[in-house]
Amino acid sequence: MKYWREPLDLKDIRVPHGVIHILKERCKGCGWCIEYCPRDVLAPSDEINTKGYHPPHVVQADACVSCGLCELLCPEFAIYVEETEGEVVLYER
Amino acid sequence: MSDKTHAGVLSGEFFMQGDIACAEGAICAGCRFFGGYPITPATEVAQWMSERLPVVGGMYIQMEDELASMNAVLGASWAGIKAMTATSGPGFSLMMENLGLGIMMETPCVLVNVQRGGPSTGLPTLVGQGDMMQARWGSHGDYAIIALAPSSPQEIFDLTIDAFNLAERYRTPVLVMTDAEVGHMTEKVVIPPPDEIEIVPRRKPTAPPGEYMPYYVAPGEWVAPMAVAGDGYRIHATGLTHNEKGYPATADDSSQWPLIQRLIDKIEKNRDDIIVLEENGLDDAEVAVISYGIAARTAIWPMQMARAEGIRVGLLRLVTVWPFPDAAIYDLAGRVNGIVVPEINMGQIVREVQRAAAGRTQVISVPHPGGGIHDPYKVLDAIRRAAGRKVEV
Amino acid sequence: MGIEMQGYRLDKTMEQHEEAEGWVDEIHGTHPMDDLLRTDRLPHIWCPGCGLGTALTCFLSALRKSKFDLDKVVVVSGIGCTGRVAGYVRLDSFHTTHGRAIPFATGLKLGNPALKVVVFSGDGDLVTIGGNHFIHAARRNMDITVICVNNFNYGMTGGQAGATTPVGGVTSTSPYGNYEYPFNVSALAAASGAVYVARWTVLHARRLERSIHEALLKPGFSLVEIISPCPTGFGRRHKQREGLDTLHYYHEHGVIKHGADPRETDIGLSGALVEGKFVDLDKPTFLEQRSRRLAQALEK
Repeated sequence: MKYWREPLDLKDIRVPHGVIHILKERCKGCGWCIEYCPRDVLAPSDEINTKGYHPPHVVQADACVSCGLCELLCPEFAIYVEETEGEVVLYER
Repeated sequence: MSDKTHAGVLSGEFFMQGDIACAEGAICAGCRFFGGYPITPATEVAQWMSERLPVVGGMYIQMEDELASMNAVLGASWAGIKAMTATSGPGFSLMMENLGLGIMMETPCVLVNVQRGGPSTGLPTLVGQGDMMQARWGSHGDYAIIALAPSSPQEIFDLTIDAFNLAERYRTPVLVMTDAEVGHMTEKVVIPPPDEIEIVPRRKPTAPPGEYMPYYVAPGEWVAPMAVAGDGYRIHATGLTHNEKGYPATADDSSQWPLIQRLIDKIEKNRDDIIVLEENGLDDAEVAVISYGIAARTAIWPMQMARAEGIRVGLLRLVTVWPFPDAAIYDLAGRVNGIVVPEINMGQIVREVQRAAAGRTQVISVPHPGGGIHDPYKVLDAIRRAAGRKVEV
Repeated sequence: MGIEMQGYRLDKTMEQHEEAEGWVDEIHGTHPMDDLLRTDRLPHIWCPGCGLGTALTCFLSALRKSKFDLDKVVVVSGIGCTGRVAGYVRLDSFHTTHGRAIPFATGLKLGNPALKVVVFSGDGDLVTIGGNHFIHAARRNMDITVICVNNFNYGMTGGQAGATTPVGGVTSTSPYGNYEYPFNVSALAAASGAVYVARWTVLHARRLERSIHEALLKPGFSLVEIISPCPTGFGRRHKQREGLDTLHYYHEHGVIKHGADPRETDIGLSGALVEGKFVDLDKPTFLEQRSRRLAQALEK
């Protein structure tokens, strides 16, 4: 990302990061979390849970910015994000 | 009735209409919520409540129909308030749906039916007793019910208090099945001092949240203590068949059996505690008149005429109609030559009397389709026939 | 070291996952929403691709943000798929008869005005069989929040037409296409006197959550209409076999118009699906009106 002027607090801004928790046994495989993750963190997996559904799995853990959309969209209370200490990411490095 | 601002019990002697006595009885019993819908001849109950409840710290609301009225009453009861509604035939029909919900959720409340002539719109301003079987069986599914039948304004007052107490004791809706004659009759009503009125409070749980199960009934008891919304127990109540936690259990009949059996048993097995009967002149009787409500009252004159003719006739008045006093009637049927049942319907409670009498004596129905009280001579003729006298046609 | 769980296998332990990749397989673990759920009743009965779970998540999330004393919050539902919500929330909750959640809730609120009473039910329940109660509670400005999940059909009984089914909608009881004019739930509430009316699809979960939060804090009759997929009953008859297909439809057709005239927000089988906050006004509630009037009348 390029700035026309570098913000003074750029070095203090932390891009949040999240750790995704998937409760696989609750999943009914609707795929909403995968489809609407803005950072494409999730993907369908080949695993099958006891109900016969394919829960998602994380393919780009680093990309998660803990927006929580997967948690809010999931109709099964099967996924949530735990926000962790974000890192200072200077894009123009 | 002059001092409207006096909160609570208006002790004293009054010349009072039956419907108003009903409302005052409710207030004495601690009723602080009325949800209703105007309908002749029960409207005066709602009118009186709309005036009285706000000054005794209660809540009155006129709902959009009787379906809503019954639900609002259930909701108020689950908020911890003693609640009541009053209606007549057409409204009673609409209330049947959620009377069932009240029974299933075990919700204490009182439903007053000031009966008029039916079916349908029928005779809005005139008397009837045609809802007696609807009171017993009107909502779908199997259940038991308590129904009381007052025959004077004083008794409406007394029985409305009893109804609230029974509702709390057995955690169930209780019906007061009065009629247009009694509801619109104005008579002397004595309201006792507050300390002479027995009031059954709601039994609250003592178990801490987490251990309390809303429908767990301890051994030797018939109902569970009742936590209400806001008590911190985070209860769930449903009209579905449920288990002790109150959770739906609809996969098979494993919860249906104990639940429905208990809903019936808690009333049927406590008949001795619930049933009130009034006997008059039955000790030497050869003929018994069995009746209730206004029909029992209008049977007194023909009974006096029969006595004057030398027929030993007595009265068994059903103050409690449901649960039905099977044992008392079986016993009576073994002692008399005949039973006469006048009622302002085409023969409803007489069927129960026949069943309870079990063929031990003849049972004679004196029907009336509603719209008036019995011609006393029709009752007299029935008494004569029961006594084996010749009846001129 | 792998863990054998019934039916599938994990190659790593949870800790290894967490360490190695920054994510966690919990299998049977707990969710941050679990303290608001009757977890002993999960999984819920709703089909895969149904939006009801999302609607419930948004509600619980908004409820948590509202900072209400949760012991004083009551959820009342009627009958139907949405009617089951009351059975899943770890709050005082009542699952009443079909269409009657609003009058039951009215009794609760008037019986104890300290309660925060929320009605959570479906379109068939609230505006078809319970339509009379809906308009009258709005007319009174009764102090309750109503969350109406609208999926345009009766899901529980197998996808029958109802008062919200769009013209042309094919259901199990409108096999040739529905020819009745439907109700617009939001417009009905607005016309009847609701002080807060908003509509969102479950896809717009963030905005939905914010609207529910606003509605919960709004004194008087507030309505949040949630447009939600029913792949089993409605979607599959309209080229939306999966819930995801319906979400795609929402993405393509959803148009956010705050302050739109509710009369111009009718929902059809195609065309714009107008969402947003339509009504937000201040008006004394039923209880306020009552208190004022009684104070005036009884002072004399």
